[in-house]
Amino acid sequence: MSVGRVVSYGVPAVIGLALLIGLPQLLDLFVLLQVTLYVVMAILALSLAFVWGYGGILCLGQSAFFGLGAYAYAITAFNIGESSLPVVIAILLPTLFAAALGYLMFYGRISEVYVGVITLTVTLILFNAVNSTASPEYRIGSALIGGYNGLPNVPSLNFPFDPDNTLQPDDVYMVAMATLLIVYFGIRWILRTRFGRVLVAIRENERRVEFIGFDARLHKLAAFALGAGIAGAAGCLFVNWGSYVSPTIFSMIQSAQIIIWVMVGGVGTLIGPILGAVALSWLTAEVGTQHVINADILFGGILIVFVLLVPRGLVPMLTEHVWSRVMQPRRKVAVAAKLAAPGGRA
Amino acid sequence: MAFASIVGLEVVYAVAMLILVSLGLAIVFGMMRVINLAHGEFMVMGGYAATLAVHHGINFWLAIIVVPPIIVGAIGVVIERTIIRFLYGRMFETMLATWGLSLFLVGLMTVIFGDDTEGVPMSLPGLHIGLYQESGYNLFVIGFSVFLVGAVYAFLRYTRLGLLARATMQNAPMAGALGTNTSGVYAATFALGAALAGLAGGIIAPIAGVVPTTGGSYIGQAFITVLGGGASALAGVVSAAILFGVVDQAATFATNAVFGEVALLLAAIVLIRLLPNGITGRFFRRSL
Repeated sequence: MSVGRVVSYGVPAVIGLALLIGLPQLLDLFVLLQVTLYVVMAILALSLAFVWGYGGILCLGQSAFFGLGAYAYAITAFNIGESSLPVVIAILLPTLFAAALGYLMFYGRISEVYVGVITLTVTLILFNAVNSTASPEYRIGSALIGGYNGLPNVPSLNFPFDPDNTLQPDDVYMVAMATLLIVYFGIRWILRTRFGRVLVAIRENERRVEFIGFDARLHKLAAFALGAGIAGAAGCLFVNWGSYVSPTIFSMIQSAQIIIWVMVGGVGTLIGPILGAVALSWLTAEVGTQHVINADILFGGILIVFVLLVPRGLVPMLTEHVWSRVMQPRRKVAVAAKLAAPGGRA
Repeated sequence: MAFASIVGLEVVYAVAMLILVSLGLAIVFGMMRVINLAHGEFMVMGGYAATLAVHHGINFWLAIIVVPPIIVGAIGVVIERTIIRFLYGRMFETMLATWGLSLFLVGLMTVIFGDDTEGVPMSLPGLHIGLYQESGYNLFVIGFSVFLVGAVYAFLRYTRLGLLARATMQNAPMAGALGTNTSGVYAATFALGAALAGLAGGIIAPIAGVVPTTGGSYIGQAFITVLGGGASALAGVVSAAILFGVVDQAATFATNAVFGEVALLLAAIVLIRLLPNGITGRFFRRSL
């Protein structure tokens, strides 16, 4: 391994492990709960960062999979009373749903923009449908779906196959943080595999990749389903954070926030969306307590400003700026050395 | 027999409603390739314009038919000049920007008007068919949608401005070379779409009431109708609205309104799998 690669994997790993072990010791419970929420949102942001930033799939409805994961966990946990299987279902159900939806979209070869509109519409209709299931006749097994009232008192996670041993809030934090690290390094690993490279190639030029002989539809479908699975895992953790889920999880503002995190952090990076999710979730909490400015106005404004003025996001902008500062002198030195070398081309 | 005609009227009403809700979006998408995610909020603004006008003692029909399109059309011009015109040709960026706009407008309207549902009082005699009664306002909505489709068609087909608009959308540089003020045409077309959205909002206000967040409950259907319809704005919307209106009502009668909407979505996804360019991508290709 080159030094560069050791640094690029080692630094996030060290920081991540330090946060995983250190924060529960340092922070009091209230702050730790807040941080848990930010970590869950960061996982959700990573799911879209992968699908949009590397798969080039313009999914505007990532919250559909987040919400499906949350509801799948809540409903199966009520029915089973033990959390091992519900966690698996919370990841599998959105994955399968996305695979079916992705089959219809990608194998229909509809244009990128239509993918955006359809994913958004699916989210809207899920919101409307779940929202209007308040009456007691809508139940799955022993769980009332609850409509706009949501599902309160969702059983929390327990150690696998040990229903009496439920996780405490700091355990939930560690699970969330560990999931974030697994997802982050998992995506980085995927991007280094043949599948990941083909996926990025499709983002760059789909037609050319197909001429070479790869099946772009299948790669996009797989990426879309994988992203949905990650979002489902985030949804499962989200229910555990508040032991409550309501249809607002499918709402426009929730879908928009995921887009905004990725957009502000930087499309085509992984660290940018994580930072974007943490920073903007913190901002949401602050705005919610202050009543100075309406949250919708703030986030709508942020989205408009970034689309018009900072379309690539903050992390690419900053790193390029710093990069050119750091790299420029060295390049000059290198060129000068080349020029000075005897026999070198002037 | 009476029951059958009532069911028939309900289906026609559902189709008329879809046309009304989608027409503004379809004009902006079909002619300018701009997907306006703030369409629902334009409708809500139309609803508020109608409500305020009625509360200030303006005649009911003026308040729902004349005031909303003028106000929302004017807002549309401002938005086109400040945001949309920088993003022409970049569909995805336009979607994101109009989404931001949508959130921004929801927030702004919440700050101005609050969260309560505003109503517009309305009294129209119902129509009795046998034992059943059909709301008079529903009949008005049906008639008005037919009129609106005819008016938009006549505008695009027979007026000079409509000709310039079609020419600009087909080939902007060529239209510009022949002396058309293309940027003005873009602004006017966007304003027309916004005005139609405002009009729809004004007409729906007496039925549904107005609250800042209701925009989202209409745009799902509007998007489905416009995408299902395809590139030709008018023929697309009408044909897709007929198809989806029937599917929606059939599913609603069989189960309930929630599943009606879900059936609508499924029908749309299957349709787009079969006809990726919408109905007018395969049929009625030379229509407007």
